[in-house]
Amino acid sequence: MAQAFKFELVSPERLLVSEDVEYVVIPGTEGEMTVMANHAPTMTNIKPGVITVAREGREDRYVVFGGFADVLPEGCTLLAESAVHVDDIDREDVARRIQEAREDVEDAKDDEARTKAEEFLAQLTTLERAILPA
Amino acid sequence: MASLKDLRNRIASVKATQKITKAMQMVAAAKLRRAQEAAEAARPYATRMGVVLANVTSTVSGTDAPPLMAGTGKDDTHLLVVATAERGLCGGFNSQIAKLAREHARELIANGKQVKILTVGKKGFDILRRDFSELIIDRVELREVKQIGFANADAIARKVIGLFDEGQFDVCTLFYSEFKSVISQVPTALQIIPAAVSVDEEAEEVAGGAVYEYEPEAATILADLIPRNIAVQVFRALLENAAGEMGAKMTAMDNATRNAGDMIDKLSITYNRQRQAQITKELIEIISGAEAL
Repeated sequence: MAQAFKFELVSPERLLVSEDVEYVVIPGTEGEMTVMANHAPTMTNIKPGVITVAREGREDRYVVFGGFADVLPEGCTLLAESAVHVDDIDREDVARRIQEAREDVEDAKDDEARTKAEEFLAQLTTLERAILPA
Repeated sequence: MASLKDLRNRIASVKATQKITKAMQMVAAAKLRRAQEAAEAARPYATRMGVVLANVTSTVSGTDAPPLMAGTGKDDTHLLVVATAERGLCGGFNSQIAKLAREHARELIANGKQVKILTVGKKGFDILRRDFSELIIDRVELREVKQIGFANADAIARKVIGLFDEGQFDVCTLFYSEFKSVISQVPTALQIIPAAVSVDEEAEEVAGGAVYEYEPEAATILADLIPRNIAVQVFRALLENAAGEMGAKMTAMDNATRNAGDMIDKLSITYNRQRQAQITKELIEIISGAEAL
Protein backbone atom coordinates (compact mmCIF):
# COMPACT_ATOMS: atom_id res chain seq x y z
CA MET A 1 0.00 0.00 0.00
CA ALA A 2 1.16 3.42 -0.86
CA GLN A 3 1.99 5.82 1.90
CA ALA A 4 -1.11 7.44 3.38
CA PHE A 5 -1.58 11.15 3.84
CA LYS A 6 -4.16 13.43 5.38
CA PHE A 7 -6.97 14.56 3.14
CA GLU A 8 -9.73 16.99 4.01
CA LEU A 9 -12.75 17.83 1.92
CA VAL A 10 -14.50 20.89 3.28
CA SER A 11 -17.58 22.62 1.99
CA PRO A 12 -18.81 25.87 3.53
CA GLU A 13 -21.56 24.00 5.29
CA ARG A 14 -19.53 21.19 6.78
CA LEU A 15 -16.46 19.04 6.84
CA LEU A 16 -17.17 16.07 4.58
CA VAL A 17 -14.01 14.03 4.74
CA SER A 18 -11.08 14.19 7.06
CA GLU A 19 -8.98 11.07 7.08
CA ASP A 20 -5.86 9.35 5.87
CA VAL A 21 -6.07 8.35 2.24
CA GLU A 22 -3.89 6.73 -0.36
CA TYR A 23 -4.47 9.08 -3.23
CA VAL A 24 -6.95 11.67 -4.43
CA VAL A 25 -7.82 12.61 -7.99
CA ILE A 26 -8.62 16.29 -8.30
CA PRO A 27 -10.19 17.96 -11.34
CA GLY A 28 -8.00 21.06 -11.55
CA THR A 29 -8.81 23.81 -13.99
CA GLU A 30 -5.55 23.05 -15.76
CA GLY A 31 -6.24 19.34 -15.92
CA GLU A 32 -6.82 16.42 -13.63
CA MET A 33 -4.17 15.59 -11.13
CA THR A 34 -3.63 12.79 -8.74
CA VAL A 35 -2.27 13.74 -5.38
CA MET A 36 -0.33 11.25 -3.34
CA ALA A 37 1.74 11.57 -0.23
CA ASN A 38 4.74 13.93 -0.42
CA HIS A 39 3.35 15.91 -3.29
CA ALA A 40 5.07 19.22 -3.95
CA PRO A 41 3.20 22.18 -2.41
CA THR A 42 0.62 23.20 -4.97
CA MET A 43 -2.40 25.38 -5.03
CA THR A 44 -4.94 24.98 -7.75
CA ASN A 45 -8.42 26.01 -8.75
CA ILE A 46 -10.92 23.27 -9.23
CA LYS A 47 -13.51 23.00 -11.94
CA PRO A 48 -16.84 21.29 -11.47
CA GLY A 49 -16.13 17.59 -11.62
CA VAL A 50 -15.66 14.39 -9.72
CA ILE A 51 -12.99 13.83 -7.15
CA THR A 52 -11.95 10.32 -6.32
CA VAL A 53 -10.76 9.53 -2.84
CA ALA A 54 -8.99 6.23 -2.46
CA ARG A 55 -8.16 4.54 0.81
CA GLU A 56 -7.27 0.94 1.44
CA GLY A 57 -8.95 -0.76 -1.47
CA ARG A 58 -12.00 1.47 -1.33
CA GLU A 59 -12.77 4.36 -3.61
CA ASP A 60 -15.25 7.10 -2.88
CA ARG A 61 -16.35 9.61 -5.41
CA TYR A 62 -17.62 13.09 -4.65
CA VAL A 63 -19.04 15.66 -7.00
CA VAL A 64 -17.72 19.17 -6.46
CA PHE A 65 -18.84 22.39 -8.06
CA GLY A 66 -15.68 24.42 -8.18
CA GLY A 67 -13.30 25.29 -5.39
CA PHE A 68 -9.64 25.17 -4.43
CA ALA A 69 -7.13 22.61 -3.47
CA ASP A 70 -4.22 23.31 -1.20
CA VAL A 71 -1.69 20.53 -1.49
CA LEU A 72 1.20 20.14 0.92
CA PRO A 73 3.60 17.22 1.27
CA GLU A 74 1.90 16.10 4.47
CA GLY A 75 -1.69 16.70 3.48
CA CYS A 76 -4.23 18.06 1.10
CA THR A 77 -7.16 20.35 1.80
CA LEU A 78 -9.90 20.76 -0.71
CA LEU A 79 -12.18 23.75 -0.27
CA ALA A 80 -15.22 22.97 -2.36
CA GLU A 81 -17.91 25.47 -3.14
CA SER A 82 -20.36 22.66 -2.71
CA ALA A 83 -19.70 18.95 -2.51
CA VAL A 84 -21.87 15.86 -2.42
CA HIS A 85 -21.21 12.18 -2.44
CA VAL A 86 -21.77 10.78 -5.90
CA ASP A 87 -24.56 8.51 -4.64
CA ASP A 88 -26.46 11.44 -3.16
CA ILE A 89 -26.33 13.64 -6.22
CA ASP A 90 -29.57 15.31 -7.03
CA ARG A 91 -30.36 15.34 -10.72
CA GLU A 92 -32.55 18.41 -10.41
CA ASP A 93 -29.88 20.33 -8.57
CA VAL A 94 -27.44 19.75 -11.42
CA ALA A 95 -30.08 20.73 -13.97
CA ARG A 96 -30.75 23.91 -12.02
CA ARG A 97 -27.07 24.80 -11.92
CA ILE A 98 -26.82 24.28 -15.67
CA GLN A 99 -29.83 26.47 -16.20
CA GLU A 100 -28.23 29.19 -14.08
CA ALA A 101 -24.99 28.87 -15.99
CA ARG A 102 -26.91 29.27 -19.28
CA GLU A 103 -28.47 32.46 -17.95
CA ASP A 104 -25.05 33.68 -16.91
CA VAL A 105 -23.81 33.18 -20.46
CA GLU A 106 -26.69 35.22 -21.80
CA ASP A 107 -26.27 37.96 -19.21
CA ALA A 108 -22.52 38.25 -19.68
CA LYS A 109 -21.59 41.86 -20.30
CA ASP A 110 -18.26 41.53 -22.04
CA ASP A 111 -16.38 38.88 -23.95
CA GLU A 112 -14.19 37.93 -21.06
CA ALA A 113 -17.14 37.28 -18.80
CA ARG A 114 -18.90 35.36 -21.54
CA THR A 115 -15.92 33.14 -22.20
CA LYS A 116 -15.69 32.44 -18.51
CA ALA A 117 -19.40 31.67 -18.22
CA GLU A 118 -19.34 29.45 -21.29
CA GLU A 119 -16.39 27.55 -19.97
CA PHE A 120 -18.20 26.98 -16.72
CA LEU A 121 -21.31 25.83 -18.57
CA ALA A 122 -19.28 23.40 -20.65
CA GLN A 123 -17.66 21.97 -17.51
CA LEU A 124 -21.07 21.52 -15.94
CA THR A 125 -22.58 19.74 -18.92
CA THR A 126 -19.57 17.45 -19.14
CA LEU A 127 -20.02 16.69 -15.50
CA GLU A 128 -23.68 15.97 -15.97
CA ARG A 129 -22.96 13.50 -18.72
CA ALA A 130 -20.22 11.87 -16.71
CA ILE A 131 -22.19 11.24 -13.57
CA LEU A 132 -25.71 10.85 -14.86
CA PRO A 133 -25.86 8.32 -17.63
CA ALA A 134 -29.08 9.16 -19.40
CA MET B 1 -62.94 47.89 40.31
CA ALA B 2 -62.91 44.92 38.01
CA SER B 3 -65.49 42.30 38.69
CA LEU B 4 -64.59 38.75 39.62
CA LYS B 5 -65.44 37.54 36.16
CA ASP B 6 -63.15 40.13 34.58
CA LEU B 7 -60.32 39.05 36.81
CA ARG B 8 -60.88 35.42 35.98
CA ASN B 9 -60.73 36.26 32.28
CA ARG B 10 -57.51 38.24 32.74
CA ILE B 11 -55.87 35.40 34.58
CA ALA B 12 -56.93 32.95 31.89
CA SER B 13 -55.55 35.18 29.14
CA VAL B 14 -52.23 35.75 30.88
CA LYS B 15 -51.95 32.02 31.42
CA ALA B 16 -52.51 31.44 27.71
CA THR B 17 -49.83 34.02 26.89
CA GLN B 18 -47.47 32.37 29.31
CA LYS B 19 -47.99 29.05 27.60
CA ILE B 20 -47.17 30.62 24.24
CA THR B 21 -44.00 32.34 25.45
CA LYS B 22 -42.94 29.15 27.17
CA ALA B 23 -43.43 27.20 23.94
CA MET B 24 -41.55 29.85 21.98
CA GLN B 25 -38.69 29.66 24.43
CA MET B 26 -38.45 25.92 23.98
CA VAL B 27 -38.62 26.19 20.20
CA ALA B 28 -35.88 28.82 20.31
CA ALA B 29 -33.75 26.55 22.49
CA ALA B 30 -34.10 23.70 20.00
CA LYS B 31 -33.37 25.97 17.06
CA LEU B 32 -30.45 27.50 18.87
CA ARG B 33 -28.82 24.13 19.17
CA ARG B 34 -29.22 23.55 15.47
CA ALA B 35 -27.98 27.01 14.60
CA GLN B 36 -24.95 26.51 16.80
CA GLU B 37 -24.21 23.20 15.14
CA ALA B 38 -24.45 24.83 11.72
CA ALA B 39 -22.12 27.59 12.81
CA GLU B 40 -19.68 25.05 14.15
CA ALA B 41 -19.84 22.94 10.98
CA ALA B 42 -19.02 25.99 8.90
CA ARG B 43 -15.98 26.87 10.94
CA PRO B 44 -13.41 24.51 9.33
CA TYR B 45 -14.05 25.97 5.89
CA ALA B 46 -13.59 29.53 7.10
CA THR B 47 -10.38 28.64 8.93
CA ARG B 48 -8.89 26.77 5.96
CA MET B 49 -9.95 29.58 3.68
CA GLY B 50 -8.13 32.07 5.89
CA VAL B 51 -4.99 29.96 5.74
CA VAL B 52 -5.11 29.56 1.96
CA LEU B 53 -5.87 33.23 1.47
CA ALA B 54 -2.99 34.29 3.68
CA ASN B 55 -0.66 31.99 1.73
CA VAL B 56 -1.69 33.37 -1.62
CA THR B 57 -1.67 36.98 -0.52
CA SER B 58 1.84 36.70 0.78
CA THR B 59 3.03 35.74 -2.73
CA VAL B 60 1.04 38.25 -4.74
CA SER B 61 2.69 41.63 -4.52
CA GLY B 62 0.61 44.73 -3.84
CA THR B 63 0.40 45.90 -7.42
CA ASP B 64 -1.34 42.86 -8.91
CA ALA B 65 -3.85 42.65 -6.11
CA PRO B 66 -7.38 42.55 -7.51
CA PRO B 67 -9.52 45.64 -6.87
CA LEU B 68 -11.68 43.78 -4.38
CA MET B 69 -8.66 43.63 -2.15
CA ALA B 70 -6.84 46.82 -3.01
CA GLY B 71 -10.01 48.91 -3.07
CA THR B 72 -10.72 51.72 -5.48
CA GLY B 73 -8.29 54.04 -3.78
CA LYS B 74 -11.10 56.27 -2.58
CA ASP B 75 -13.48 56.11 0.31
CA ASP B 76 -16.26 58.44 -0.81
CA THR B 77 -19.16 56.06 -1.00
CA HIS B 78 -19.82 53.50 1.68
CA LEU B 79 -22.09 50.52 1.39
CA LEU B 80 -23.47 49.24 4.67
CA VAL B 81 -24.76 45.70 4.56
CA VAL B 82 -26.98 45.30 7.59
CA ALA B 83 -27.84 41.72 8.45
CA THR B 84 -30.61 41.23 10.99
CA ALA B 85 -33.19 38.60 11.81
CA GLU B 86 -36.42 38.01 9.95
CA ARG B 87 -38.59 37.98 13.02
CA GLY B 88 -39.00 40.03 16.12
CA LEU B 89 -39.74 38.95 19.68
CA CYS B 90 -36.09 38.53 20.41
CA GLY B 91 -35.38 41.38 22.76
CA GLY B 92 -32.98 44.05 21.63
CA PHE B 93 -31.28 41.82 19.10
CA ASN B 94 -32.40 43.55 15.92
CA SER B 95 -32.44 47.06 17.30
CA GLN B 96 -28.88 46.70 18.58
CA ILE B 97 -27.57 45.83 15.14
CA ALA B 98 -29.64 48.60 13.59
CA LYS B 99 -28.40 51.06 16.19
CA LEU B 100 -24.78 50.30 15.42
CA ALA B 101 -25.44 50.66 11.70
CA ARG B 102 -27.34 53.90 12.26
CA GLU B 103 -24.54 55.45 14.31
CA HIS B 104 -22.05 54.38 11.68
CA ALA B 105 -24.17 55.87 8.89
CA ARG B 106 -24.67 59.16 10.76
CA GLU B 107 -20.97 59.49 11.37
CA LEU B 108 -20.15 58.87 7.71
CA ILE B 109 -22.76 61.36 6.57
CA ALA B 110 -21.41 63.93 9.01
CA ASN B 111 -17.99 63.43 7.44
CA GLY B 112 -19.42 64.18 4.03
CA LYS B 113 -19.37 60.63 2.73
CA GLN B 114 -22.09 59.06 0.69
CA VAL B 115 -23.89 56.17 2.29
CA LYS B 116 -25.82 53.35 0.70
CA ILE B 117 -27.54 50.64 2.65
CA LEU B 118 -28.39 47.07 1.78
CA THR B 119 -30.45 45.25 4.34
CA VAL B 120 -30.57 41.52 4.84
CA GLY B 121 -33.54 40.46 6.89
CA LYS B 122 -36.89 42.12 7.27
CA LYS B 123 -36.43 43.62 10.72
CA GLY B 124 -33.37 45.64 9.80
CA PHE B 125 -35.21 47.06 6.84
CA ASP B 126 -38.20 48.00 8.99
CA ILE B 127 -36.06 49.80 11.52
CA LEU B 128 -33.70 51.59 9.15
CA ARG B 129 -36.49 52.61 6.80
CA ARG B 130 -37.62 55.19 9.35
CA ASP B 131 -34.37 57.13 9.22
CA PHE B 132 -32.71 56.29 5.94
CA SER B 133 -35.47 55.27 3.56
CA GLU B 134 -33.81 57.06 0.64
CA LEU B 135 -30.44 55.47 1.30
CA ILE B 136 -31.58 51.87 1.18
CA ILE B 137 -30.73 50.67 -2.28
CA ASP B 138 -31.75 47.06 -1.95
CA ARG B 139 -32.92 44.48 0.50
CA VAL B 140 -32.70 40.75 0.78
CA GLU B 141 -35.23 38.74 2.68
CA LEU B 142 -34.53 35.27 3.90
CA ARG B 143 -37.93 34.66 5.36
CA GLU B 144 -38.59 31.57 3.28
CA VAL B 145 -35.24 30.07 4.12
CA LYS B 146 -35.42 27.51 6.86
CA GLN B 147 -31.78 26.62 7.15
CA ILE B 148 -29.34 29.17 5.85
CA GLY B 149 -27.20 27.60 3.18
CA PHE B 150 -24.04 28.80 1.54
CA ALA B 151 -26.07 29.56 -1.57
CA ASN B 152 -27.95 32.32 0.28
CA ALA B 153 -24.73 33.93 1.40
CA ASP B 154 -23.23 33.53 -2.04
CA ALA B 155 -26.17 35.32 -3.64
CA ILE B 156 -25.73 38.27 -1.29
CA ALA B 157 -21.99 38.33 -1.89
CA ARG B 158 -22.56 38.30 -5.64
CA LYS B 159 -24.94 41.19 -5.34
CA VAL B 160 -22.41 43.20 -3.37
CA ILE B 161 -19.58 42.36 -5.75
CA GLY B 162 -21.79 43.25 -8.72
CA LEU B 163 -22.42 46.67 -7.22
CA PHE B 164 -18.72 47.08 -6.58
CA ASP B 165 -17.89 46.22 -10.19
CA GLU B 166 -20.32 48.87 -11.33
CA GLY B 167 -18.46 51.37 -9.20
CA GLN B 168 -21.42 51.95 -6.91
CA PHE B 169 -19.33 52.15 -3.76
CA ASP B 170 -15.76 52.17 -2.49
CA VAL B 171 -15.95 50.60 0.92
CA CYS B 172 -18.31 47.91 2.13
CA THR B 173 -18.99 47.18 5.76
CA LEU B 174 -21.02 44.28 7.05
CA PHE B 175 -23.09 44.63 10.22
CA TYR B 176 -24.14 41.57 12.14
CA SER B 177 -24.28 40.27 15.64
CA GLU B 178 -21.47 38.15 16.91
CA PHE B 179 -22.62 35.19 18.93
CA LYS B 180 -20.62 35.26 22.15
CA SER B 181 -22.94 33.14 24.22
CA VAL B 182 -26.63 32.45 24.66
CA ILE B 183 -27.05 35.58 26.73
CA SER B 184 -24.58 37.82 24.97
CA GLN B 185 -24.63 38.86 21.34
CA VAL B 186 -22.38 41.69 20.32
CA PRO B 187 -23.28 43.83 17.31
CA THR B 188 -20.23 43.99 15.10
CA ALA B 189 -19.09 45.94 12.06
CA LEU B 190 -16.77 44.14 9.68
CA GLN B 191 -15.17 45.68 6.63
CA ILE B 192 -15.35 43.23 3.75
CA ILE B 193 -14.32 45.39 0.78
CA PRO B 194 -11.48 46.21 0.43
CA ALA B 195 -10.71 42.91 2.08
CA ALA B 196 -8.41 43.23 4.98
CA VAL B 197 -6.36 40.07 4.95
CA SER B 198 -4.26 39.60 7.99
CA VAL B 199 -1.49 37.12 7.65
CA ASP B 200 -1.62 35.55 11.07
CA GLU B 201 1.11 33.50 12.60
CA GLU B 202 -0.89 30.32 12.58
CA ALA B 203 -1.27 30.46 8.82
CA GLU B 204 2.43 31.01 8.38
CA GLU B 205 3.14 28.08 10.57
CA VAL B 206 0.86 25.81 8.55
CA ALA B 207 2.50 26.86 5.32
CA GLY B 208 5.85 26.19 6.89
CA GLY B 209 7.48 28.56 4.46
CA ALA B 210 6.78 26.13 1.63
CA VAL B 211 7.16 27.40 -1.89
CA TYR B 212 3.94 26.73 -3.69
CA GLU B 213 3.34 25.91 -7.27
CA TYR B 214 0.32 27.73 -8.55
CA GLU B 215 -2.01 26.41 -11.17
CA PRO B 216 -3.07 28.84 -12.72
CA GLU B 217 -0.96 31.76 -11.47
CA ALA B 218 -1.31 33.08 -7.97
CA ALA B 219 -2.98 36.28 -9.14
CA THR B 220 -5.70 34.35 -10.97
CA ILE B 221 -6.32 32.17 -7.97
CA LEU B 222 -6.47 35.22 -5.77
CA ALA B 223 -8.96 36.92 -8.06
CA ASP B 224 -11.16 33.87 -7.64
CA LEU B 225 -10.50 33.47 -3.94
CA ILE B 226 -11.44 36.94 -2.80
CA PRO B 227 -15.09 36.85 -3.94
CA ARG B 228 -15.40 33.45 -2.37
CA ASN B 229 -13.92 34.73 0.84
CA ILE B 230 -16.48 37.53 0.89
CA ALA B 231 -19.23 34.95 0.50
CA VAL B 232 -17.71 32.98 3.35
CA GLN B 233 -17.70 36.03 5.57
CA VAL B 234 -21.30 36.81 4.73
CA PHE B 235 -22.17 33.19 5.41
CA ARG B 236 -20.47 33.31 8.76
CA ALA B 237 -22.28 36.52 9.64
CA LEU B 238 -25.62 34.97 8.72
CA LEU B 239 -24.94 31.90 10.81
CA GLU B 240 -23.80 33.95 13.79
CA ASN B 241 -26.95 36.01 13.39
CA ALA B 242 -29.13 32.93 13.26
CA ALA B 243 -27.59 31.58 16.44
CA GLY B 244 -27.70 34.98 18.10
CA GLU B 245 -31.32 35.53 17.20
CA MET B 246 -32.30 32.26 18.81
CA GLY B 247 -30.21 33.00 21.88
CA ALA B 248 -31.79 36.43 22.23
CA LYS B 249 -35.23 34.98 21.65
CA MET B 250 -34.68 32.39 24.32
CA THR B 251 -33.69 35.01 26.86
CA ALA B 252 -36.52 37.32 25.86
CA MET B 253 -39.10 34.57 26.04
CA ASP B 254 -37.75 33.34 29.34
CA ASN B 255 -38.24 36.85 30.72
CA ALA B 256 -41.70 37.05 29.25
CA THR B 257 -42.66 33.72 30.82
CA ARG B 258 -41.41 34.89 34.18
CA ASN B 259 -43.23 38.21 33.89
CA ALA B 260 -46.42 36.40 33.00
CA GLY B 261 -45.95 34.24 36.10
CA ASP B 262 -45.57 37.34 38.28
CA MET B 263 -48.65 38.84 36.73
CA ILE B 264 -50.67 35.71 37.36
CA ASP B 265 -49.58 35.73 41.02
CA LYS B 266 -50.60 39.35 41.47
CA LEU B 267 -53.91 38.87 39.69
CA SER B 268 -54.68 35.75 41.73
CA ILE B 269 -54.10 37.65 44.97
CA THR B 270 -56.45 40.44 43.86
CA TYR B 271 -58.96 37.84 42.76
CA ASN B 272 -58.88 35.98 46.07
CA ARG B 273 -59.13 39.19 48.09
CA GLN B 274 -62.09 40.30 46.12
CA ARG B 275 -63.80 36.97 46.43
CA GLN B 276 -63.20 37.07 50.17
CA ALA B 277 -64.58 40.62 50.33
CA GLN B 278 -67.66 39.58 48.44
CA ILE B 279 -68.32 36.61 50.71
CA THR B 280 -67.92 38.84 53.76
CA LYS B 281 -70.27 41.35 52.23
CA GLU B 282 -72.89 38.68 51.53
CA LEU B 283 -72.56 37.31 55.05
CA ILE B 284 -73.05 40.77 56.54
CA GLU B 285 -76.11 41.21 54.39
CA ILE B 286 -77.62 37.92 55.56
CA ILE B 287 -76.77 38.56 59.22
CA SER B 288 -78.09 42.10 59.25
CA GLY B 289 -81.20 40.87 57.44
CA ALA B 290 -81.79 38.21 60.12
CA GLU B 291 -81.19 40.70 62.93
CA ALA B 292 -83.71 43.14 61.49
CA LEU B 293 -86.48 40.55 61.83
